[in-house]
Order: sequence, then C-alpha cells, then structure tokens
Amino acid sequence: MSGSIIRIQNLNVSHKGIPILKDINLTISRNKVTVILGPSGCGKTTLLKCMNRLIDIYNGLDISGQIHLDGEEILNRKNDLTRIRQKMGLLSQRPYPLPMSIFDNVAYGLKIQGVRNRTELADRVEYYLKQVNLWPEVVDRLKSPASRLSIGQQQRLCLARGLAVEPEIILADEPTSALDPLSSTCIEEQFMKLKEQYTILIVTHIMRQARRLADHVIFIYLGEIIEQGPPAEIFDNPQHPTTKEYLRVGH
Amino acid sequence: MLRRKQIEEGVFKTLAALATYLIIAVLLFLIVVIFKQGYRALDWDMITKVPQGGYYFGGEGGILNAIIGSFYLALGATGLAFIIGLPVALFMNVFLIRHRFWLNRIRFFLDVLWGVPSIVYGAFGFTLMLFLGLRASLLAGILTVTLLIVPIMIRSIDEVLRTVPKGLLESAYALGSTRTEIAFKVFFRQALPGIVTAILLSFGRGIGDAASVLFTAGYTDYIPTSLSQPAATLPLAIFFQLSSPIPAVQERAYASAVVLTLFILIISLLARLLSSKYKEHTIK
Repeated sequence: MSGSIIRIQNLNVSHKGIPILKDINLTISRNKVTVILGPSGCGKTTLLKCMNRLIDIYNGLDISGQIHLDGEEILNRKNDLTRIRQKMGLLSQRPYPLPMSIFDNVAYGLKIQGVRNRTELADRVEYYLKQVNLWPEVVDRLKSPASRLSIGQQQRLCLARGLAVEPEIILADEPTSALDPLSSTCIEEQFMKLKEQYTILIVTHIMRQARRLADHVIFIYLGEIIEQGPPAEIFDNPQHPTTKEYLRVGH
Repeated sequence: MLRRKQIEEGVFKTLAALATYLIIAVLLFLIVVIFKQGYRALDWDMITKVPQGGYYFGGEGGILNAIIGSFYLALGATGLAFIIGLPVALFMNVFLIRHRFWLNRIRFFLDVLWGVPSIVYGAFGFTLMLFLGLRASLLAGILTVTLLIVPIMIRSIDEVLRTVPKGLLESAYALGSTRTEIAFKVFFRQALPGIVTAILLSFGRGIGDAASVLFTAGYTDYIPTSLSQPAATLPLAIFFQLSSPIPAVQERAYASAVVLTLFILIISLLARLLSSKYKEHTIK
C-alpha cells in the first residue's frame, strides 16, 4: 500500500479563544518520514497530540475539523479510542517508562492486545528489545525497574514498548531533545531502519536532524503551515520569508 | 547590596532552622514527658493482661483489652476507608480530570469534612447507631471511625495521584490503555509509596481518636470476640485512667500513652519498609 495514510482537513484548535492551530490541511504519506519543523510553541506538539487524541485529557480545548486515518475519522467521539491509539506509537520528549520492570514495560502493550501465553510474551519482548538494540544491555536484568536505566536506554525502551503494540504510525515528539549525542544517533538510526515498515512523524526543531531523516518537511509557524515540501526544496530553496529567516538563524 | 542579600539569607535561614528544630524539640519533649510519667507503671503485665478486679483502683492487670480493641478498630476502619477511598481518589483523577468544576467542589467538600471535629462524628455515629438499631459495639465504632478517616484517606491519596507526571499518563494512554487500566496499572503503582503514607495517616488518626469512639465503641474489660460486642480503646483507656484521683492509676494512663505511641511508631516503620520495596519502580 502506498499513498496517504493520514489526511487532515481544516483542523482548528484553540484554548479559551486563543488559537493554537489555524486551519491545518495536510496529507501524510505512508511509509515515509515526515518531519514537522518550527520554533517552540508554534503548535507542533498539539498537532501531534491531535492525531492520537491525547488532547482529550486536557481541559478547555476547542477542536474542529477532520483527521482521517485510513479513511476513518479520528476526531469522531464514537470511534473506538483505544484502537485508534494502538495504531500509533508515541515517543515523547523525555522518556516515561511505566512504573514496572523492563520486561513488563514491553509486555504491557502485548497484554493489552491480548497476548497471554508466557513463552510468546517472552519471545516477543525479546524481539522488540532486539529491534531497538537494547537487548544486549538489559538481557541479564529484565526484572529490574525500568526507572534504573539511563535516559537514553529508557527512550529506546519506550520505542520498543510502542512497537510492541504493533502500530502503523510512529509519532515522535522531539524524541532526542533530552538525550546525549550518542543516544540521539542511536534513536535516529532506529528511525532510518523502521521507516521501511512504519509511517514516521517526527516533531523537531533541530534542522540537521530534519535534513538527515526527512522525506517530507512541514514548516509550522504560529499555528499555521507556512511551507512544506521535500527537504531539498525546503532547506536549499525556501520560498517563505519566515522559513528563510528560521533556516538562516538556525544554521 | 550584596551585604543586604547576605543578611536576608542569614536571617531567613536562621528562622527556618529555628522553626524546624523547635518542632523536633517539642516532639521529643512530649515523648520524654509521657515516658517519664509512665515508665514506672510500664511492665509486662500491662501489655499482656486484661484488667483484673479493682484494676482502676490500682489492682492487678493490664490494658491488653484496649490494645487489641484499638487494633481491631483502627484496622477495620482503615480497611473500610481504603476500600472506599482508593476508588474515589482514582475516579477523581482519571475520570473527572477534565471536569475542573466538579473536581474543585469535591475537594473543597472533602477538606471541610477533614476539618470537622471528631466529637461531631461521634455524635453522628451515635445517631446512626440508634437508627440502625446497634448497641455500642466494635462495629459501630468501626463505622464511625471510618466516617472520620474517609476524607483524610481520599484527600491524601488524591494529593499523591495529582503528582503523577502528565507525560507518564500520555505515554500510557498512547499505548491504547483504557482508563481503568491507567487507574490500576499506572496510577496505583506509581503512587504506591504515597498511598502507603495516606493509609498510615488515616490509621494514626483512627487509632488515636477518643471522641468518635466514646459513645459508639463503648468500653469493656474484655477483648471483643465479635463485631457486636463493645470494645475498649487506648485513647479511652488513657482518658479513664487519667481521670482517676489515684496516682498509681494516673501513672498507668501515661504508660498507656507510651504504648499507643510505640504502636504507631512500629506500624509506621513497617509500612515504610513495605513501601520502599516498591519505591524503586516510581518514575520521576
């Protein structure tokens, strides 16, 4: 399958009358890395949280518009929220492992999906930990608390946990901003590997990262999409003055 | 300018330190006084025997009836309060989280209940007891103390749950957890050390309160063997013995106070030990 996986139409989000996102229209292609770029506070994270409806747990937000995932309307309250969320794995700014052991963190998503068999659980936990290159580091302490891992390891654990739910899309909200350069590189390498099987949506304000990873770049400024296109166009030949300015200052 | 800031810092630091040490000193002073007044009456008989004939006039016996009675009462009430309080606190923080309006009102209401003097609960418990056709008994005492400590239990757990990081919730929701799964697998585990503290706080309040059990639990020289029998309690044992004109009995009142204090100390230490086992899972 190719083509678009998410289609956003006329999305508006505001908080107590103050707009956060203005009239967003967007198409996200399947099995591509889409990078959302822009300065802090421009609405990148809000846009991401609309996609898996994490905005639901916040107060006083007004949302209008449509987000279609595989032709299904995400913002429709009647749709099964947990199933929609399971189609997307989230990697947040700083890792939040669940308050349980390393093993149980990955097994959590599997159990939600109804995997109960012990050997199957063990096999799949191993598989996902290997996929994020964490297995060799934790193989002898799977039962110890996830909170004891370093922050870089925690972020990879969170990625494994997200993959275990078998999502189609990975949403990453500045996934490397709290990490050291080595861990960041490691996460980036995972993304390069994962993009064959998954659609990846990364929010970042690091331009070099965007250039390294992106198949498609979206530039957001003050809640509006100002410019979008392939990285070569955006980075080497920006059209909009704000994009030009942002790229000039950022390099 | 720098000099002024240094003085400001110095003054504030001294004040804060003074207040801290003062509190510790008062606590130590209190324990020393009670111990000094009561240590002579403190012996093995005191904690292993029930009152014998003429105990309240200086006769043989001990306060095992009150120790066991208080233990049953506080355990029962804390258990009940926990069974009621945990779901309420979880409900407030998981399901009502977007309804600020109601959440604020519920919290205000509970804070008022927390502040209601225990004698009012005692009076209410007494009325309730008559209405239900109960006599002064362990059961009536447990129900009244439960009413007294439920607001404490809910609000303490609530405050702990409010400190659970939003990012942790987002992560758990993003995995496709239902709200019930969030409540019991994430909130509960993350907040467990704090929940233990909440239980302890309620237990301490429950075991130490005299006014609420005065009319409802009654008093007896025997160890209750069923819920419908009256039960003696440590605070009332202290109260009755201290009201005696006989110095030897007054001494026993202080000894009972020492027992009550040690009781709470031991329970606290046990609970800390238990919760530290789970603390390492907590995500900061």
